[in-house]
Amino acid sequence: MTEDFAVWLYAVVPATQCVQTTELTGVASGPVRLIAGEGVSAVVGSVPLSDFAEEPLRNHLEDLSWLEQTARAHHQVIDAVGNTGDVVPLRFATIYHDDSAVKDVLMERAADFEAALERVRGRTEWGVKAYVDPDALPTTPEQSGADDSPGTAYLLRRRAQRQGQQDAQQRALQRAEEIRTALKEVATRTVQHPPQDARLAQYRGWMVLNDSYLVDDDRAQQFAALVTSCDARFPEVRLELSGPWPAYSFTGDEEEVQQGDTT
Amino acid sequence: MSQQPVWSGVSRSPATSREVAHPQPANLADILERVLDKGIVIAGDIRINLLDIELLTIKIRLIVASVDRAREMGIDWWEHDPSLSSGKRDVLEENRRLRQRIGELQAGRNTQSDGAIESGGRQAEEEAPHQRPDDEGTSEQSGDASP
Repeated sequence: MTEDFAVWLYAVVPATQCVQTTELTGVASGPVRLIAGEGVSAVVGSVPLSDFAEEPLRNHLEDLSWLEQTARAHHQVIDAVGNTGDVVPLRFATIYHDDSAVKDVLMERAADFEAALERVRGRTEWGVKAYVDPDALPTTPEQSGADDSPGTAYLLRRRAQRQGQQDAQQRALQRAEEIRTALKEVATRTVQHPPQDARLAQYRGWMVLNDSYLVDDDRAQQFAALVTSCDARFPEVRLELSGPWPAYSFTGDEEEVQQGDTT
Repeated sequence: MSQQPVWSGVSRSPATSREVAHPQPANLADILERVLDKGIVIAGDIRINLLDIELLTIKIRLIVASVDRAREMGIDWWEHDPSLSSGKRDVLEENRRLRQRIGELQAGRNTQSDGAIESGGRQAEEEAPHQRPDDEGTSEQSGDASP
């Protein structure tokens, strides 16, 4: 008895692009292959329906360690393909019943795929995060006078504390905005992500900036240098660069990307 | 990762006294943020809406701890995302109420210390910080959260 499989999509690439898939291992430890279309081809793999039909998949998604393993496998394939050419990543868990359904969608959505490929051609995504250590920021001195009653002094102290923290936060946000403005000069697009969970990402302090920048390959070095110089210019802010990433954050719906641009 | 030409050139830059951390092997938060939320979306045969309630719990697990902190700082743009913002309004409302209350208490104290008979007023003031432990605790957490 043979097991039933479905087709997991990783990415689309230009049909003319040479993609080495034989060395790759994908989701569910499966091999990776190519489904050729006219303008674009799909990078796919086979996954067992016992784990990837709607019901079992739903259950698996609740399991953070399964999710991690599968998300990393998905990412590794896209990353490997992106290292040798242009790539448009597909959203995690895009699954079809068979190859012919994939071919159909390659044809139906050809215009979208080609537009996305055009947008990221010769570019990669760089992640920049900025952290501030609140304890390192100067605090406002206490303002309570000697003749204040204990209750008034307490409330004044509370207010001063709160004011001091607000000021520090305001300054940190200003710095983040200055850094973002500087980095945008070298990038073609920018998307802001929400700050990450401190436990999952294992950092301390405030994450005041978590952005993705789409950068031309020939400006990547300039971009990284700019991150380094911003880091040096603002000692109270610690910057972290990640990348190059496949252009995940810039291949979604045009509207989404535009929205991210304007915020 | 330091072998990557793009990066190694930069990290050796003599112009900077300290280095930006080297790009790490992609951390989980970075990957999930991208593969779950980004990438081109096409409707597959097996329909898993990543905004379904199950995955939403993961999303919230990823983000929620940072949300309070971020909102304190006035970063709240993702609140426009309806999938992430349900239920948050109540917190804001509660926060507003608590702030108002602190304001009132503060105003009350000032009036009292101006006009109160010395002995009775003094006693009341000394008790003030401990009068409402519940409110203190809550306002400590969310007192700076409103935009």
